[in-house]
Amino acid sequence: MRKVLKLAILLILATAAGLAHSADGQRAYDREAGRHVEVIVADAFLELHTGPGRGYPVFRVIPRGEKIEILFRRTDWFRVRDEHDKEGWARRSEMQETLLASGAKLPLEDLGHRDYDNQPWEAGAETGNFGGGNVNSLWVGYSLNQNLAAEFNVSQTLGTADNSVIALVGLTHTPRPDWRFAPFLQLGTGIIEIQPKATIIAPPNRKEQLAYYGIGAKFYLTRRFILRADYRSYVIFTKLDQNEERNEWKAGFGFYF
Amino acid sequence: MESRIRVLLLIACAVALGGCSWWPFHKKPAQEPVPVEATTADGAAPAVVEPTVVRRKIKTPSIKNSNFEIGPYMGTYSAQDFQVNPVVGARLAYHITEDFFAEALVGQTHTGRTSYERLSGGANLLTDSQRILTYYNLAFGYDLFPGEVFIGRRAFNSALYVEGGFGATHFAGDDRFTVMMGAGYRLLLNNWLAAHVDVRDHIFDLSLFGSTQTSHNLETTLGVTVYF
Repeated sequence: MRKVLKLAILLILATAAGLAHSADGQRAYDREAGRHVEVIVADAFLELHTGPGRGYPVFRVIPRGEKIEILFRRTDWFRVRDEHDKEGWARRSEMQETLLASGAKLPLEDLGHRDYDNQPWEAGAETGNFGGGNVNSLWVGYSLNQNLAAEFNVSQTLGTADNSVIALVGLTHTPRPDWRFAPFLQLGTGIIEIQPKATIIAPPNRKEQLAYYGIGAKFYLTRRFILRADYRSYVIFTKLDQNEERNEWKAGFGFYF
Repeated sequence: MESRIRVLLLIACAVALGGCSWWPFHKKPAQEPVPVEATTADGAAPAVVEPTVVRRKIKTPSIKNSNFEIGPYMGTYSAQDFQVNPVVGARLAYHITEDFFAEALVGQTHTGRTSYERLSGGANLLTDSQRILTYYNLAFGYDLFPGEVFIGRRAFNSALYVEGGFGATHFAGDDRFTVMMGAGYRLLLNNWLAAHVDVRDHIFDLSLFGSTQTSHNLETTLGVTVYF
C-alpha cells in the first residue's frame, strides 16, 4: 500500500506541476476553430457575476446583441469575456439563451434528464461491511446505453482476521434510468488478494477468483450528484474443497460526467 | 451442490441482465403503418421524387471544462501518543456542483516515539518502518460559506468548506479503517490557482496498548491546487 501511495503522490505532484506550467493555455479554445467559442446575447440581457455561485453579486449586464467569448466552464457557470474585455461568470440557464454565429442556440445538456450520450461516465466511493469487516470501494462506470453500464471496482477490505484488495469488472442494469430513485441489478467477476493477519505464523497471501451478483439503488440528490447503496453476494472460488461466500453492504456517493 | 445453485443463479442473473436491456421500457408501442394509396388520376404510378437535400452539419462547440483540482499539501500530523510530525500529501478534487465536491487524499508522515518509549530508555514499541504512517481518504465536501475576500483593492473568490470521508491508515504494521472529518478554506488566486488551509481529524481504532482504543489524529495543512 505504501508503494502505491508514494507513486500516487508523485503522480499527482507531477501532474500539478505540469498543469501549472500549461495553465496559461487554460483559456478554452474551440480546438477545431482554433479560438474561443463566441456567442451572441439573445435574451434581453445577460448578467455577469463576480464568482461561480448563486450568491455572488452581479457586476455587469450585457445587453442583447453583444458578443461574448466563452473562456471555460466550471460546474454550471461559464467564465466569459465581453466586447469591452471584462471577464465574469454567467449562469448556465442564461447561457442557454445565447446564440452561436450560425444562429443556433448554444447546445448545452438537458437540465431535466441525464444525457447518456454526452455524460456516459460515472464515478464514486462507497464504504460499508464486507463479511464482518470494513470495506472501502471506488467505482467507475461507463454507460453502454440508458440501461446497461460497464462497471469497474477497486475495494480494500479491513477485517479482524484478514485484509484484502479486490478488483472487479461487471455489468450494471438499471431498468428505469428515468426514475429519480433508480434500482439496479449487478453481475460481475474479478480477483481478490487476501492478506491474512499475522499471529504467530503468518500464512501467505492468496489470490483467488471471485464472482458476484448484487442489487442496489441510486438516488439523484441534485443534478449530477448521486447517493448509492447496494448489497452484493460474492462467491470466492478457492483452491480448497469448498468455495467461500461473503456478503457485502455498502453506501456512498457518486457523480456522473 | 451449494456452489452449483450459485452458478445457476448467476446464469439466471446474466440472462435477466442481457434480456432486460433489450426490453423496450421507454419505447412507445409501435403504431400500425397506415397504408397509403399512391395513385394519380390516370391510374399510373406517381413519379418518385428524390429530393437532394444536403443536411447541414451542426458542430457542437467544445467548451473547456475546469472542474478538477489537483495539488500537494504539507503541514503537521498529530498521531495520538506518537507526537506531532511533519506530513506531506496530495489531493485530487472534482467539483460536482457549485456547492458539492468529491475529494481523494493521500498523505504520509513519520511518527515519533511515545512518552513511554522516551521515559523507559530503550523499549521500542514499533520498528522504524512501522512508524511510517500512510493514509488515503475518499471524501465528500460542501462549500459552506462561499464568498469574496479583499486584499488591497483586489477581490478574490474564496470558500469555507466542510468535508467528511472514509479510507484507511497504514500504521504499526496494519491497515486500519479510518473516518475523516475536516474543514478547510480555499482562496482562488486566479482562474486556475488556489491556496488551501485544512484541518482534518483522522479517526481509527488502535490496539497497541492492550485494549482497543479509538484514536483521534489531527492534521493541519497548507496546500496549493491547480484547476483543470
